[in-house]
Amino acid sequence: MNGPHDLGGQMGFGPVAPEPNEPYFHAEWEKRALGLTLSCGAFGAWNIDESRHARENIPPATYLSASYYEIWIRALETLLERHGFASRTEVDGGHRAFEPAVPKRVLTADLVAGVLARGGPCDRPLESTPLFKPGDRVRTINFNPETHTRLPRYARAKTGTIEAVQGSFVFPDANAHGHGENPQWVYTVVFNGEEIWGQGADPTLTVSIDAWESYLERL
Amino acid sequence: MEHHHDDHEHHGHHHDNRYSDMQARVRALETVLSEKGLIDPAAIDAIVETYETKIGPRNGARVVAKAWSDPEFRAWLAADATAAIASLGFTGRQGEHMRAVFNTPETHNLVVCTLCSCYPWAVLGLPPVWYKAPAYRSRAVIDPRGVLAEFGLVLAEEKKIRIWDSTAELRYLVIPERPAGTEGMDEETLSTLVSRDAMIGTALAGAAT
Repeated sequence: MNGPHDLGGQMGFGPVAPEPNEPYFHAEWEKRALGLTLSCGAFGAWNIDESRHARENIPPATYLSASYYEIWIRALETLLERHGFASRTEVDGGHRAFEPAVPKRVLTADLVAGVLARGGPCDRPLESTPLFKPGDRVRTINFNPETHTRLPRYARAKTGTIEAVQGSFVFPDANAHGHGENPQWVYTVVFNGEEIWGQGADPTLTVSIDAWESYLERL
Repeated sequence: MEHHHDDHEHHGHHHDNRYSDMQARVRALETVLSEKGLIDPAAIDAIVETYETKIGPRNGARVVAKAWSDPEFRAWLAADATAAIASLGFTGRQGEHMRAVFNTPETHNLVVCTLCSCYPWAVLGLPPVWYKAPAYRSRAVIDPRGVLAEFGLVLAEEKKIRIWDSTAELRYLVIPERPAGTEGMDEETLSTLVSRDAMIGTALAGAAT
């Protein structure tokens, strides 16, 4: 979707503001927000693509003025409601009001080390061979789906070069919407700055994205 | 554009006021989920402790120092970063599919996630606020020299800049150039020259002092 999250090339946000000796957390609630997001992810009720899409669906004015942990919490409440675990009305009241859906797993303290160490690999074996090889010239597709995609707007309908075949991975555009993992080959595609930004582009700039095969057409 | 919850109250954004006090909102959420038996508050403590004390940019700095010192490791890192990094004990969440990219005299690498906040947690820990904020995510791909200048890094005009937008599940670690004058330093000492920002690409490795 062309949501507020798709920020590449937008202007007006001012300078980057690095904070010297930045702490890991700026408030106690940020710690809880991190832990709650990971704990609820462990339910196994949604995947990372669905949770990214829930964040993208936050209204633009809100998204752009929220801290990232606030974005996480807003999206988490959407996911908890959608999957029958907890409602915003319950959170408003501060107490449980109905029996929740049954999670595949509750993340207890003893499981944390193992779960973090395993992570969530999303490479999947594919029988097919990659359509493209390093050095091939490709053009990214032009589309504007209302659904989840990982092809940023700035890199649509652009000509670039395959630099690497990175393996086969879960396809987020399908997986975010419960349509299965549908793995595809993923490629690193490099574009010249001028191809993307046109007049006035930094002549020393190249930009790469990692693109699923269905984002690409052979030139 | 990043604010703490206190700021929201003062700035009066048109927010759903459920979120005007994040401390209270998140506490209520944790209470409801605990009452339902869905979460274990001690697990949250364990997650926080892990990222405050065990998983952070010192991990990545060890990878870089070894890449500087050990040509075989460097080659392994270039060929299979996930396995090479795992050999040092750094694995897991947001480090499942690692790629190392090497700065050279000709090319400087810079990592961004324009679409969200993808970041190599296993080697760098949790991302800083600026990495997740709109200013960096919007500008790194179009005006990297402007962004780098805000970090105090001015590259030579002819230096090529390569931006890696983390649009898939590959996570990128920049291996900065080894500073001059560090010959003979052991890995432990070398690792102290490697900052988090040098491994994102918004800084160079520190000079030997």
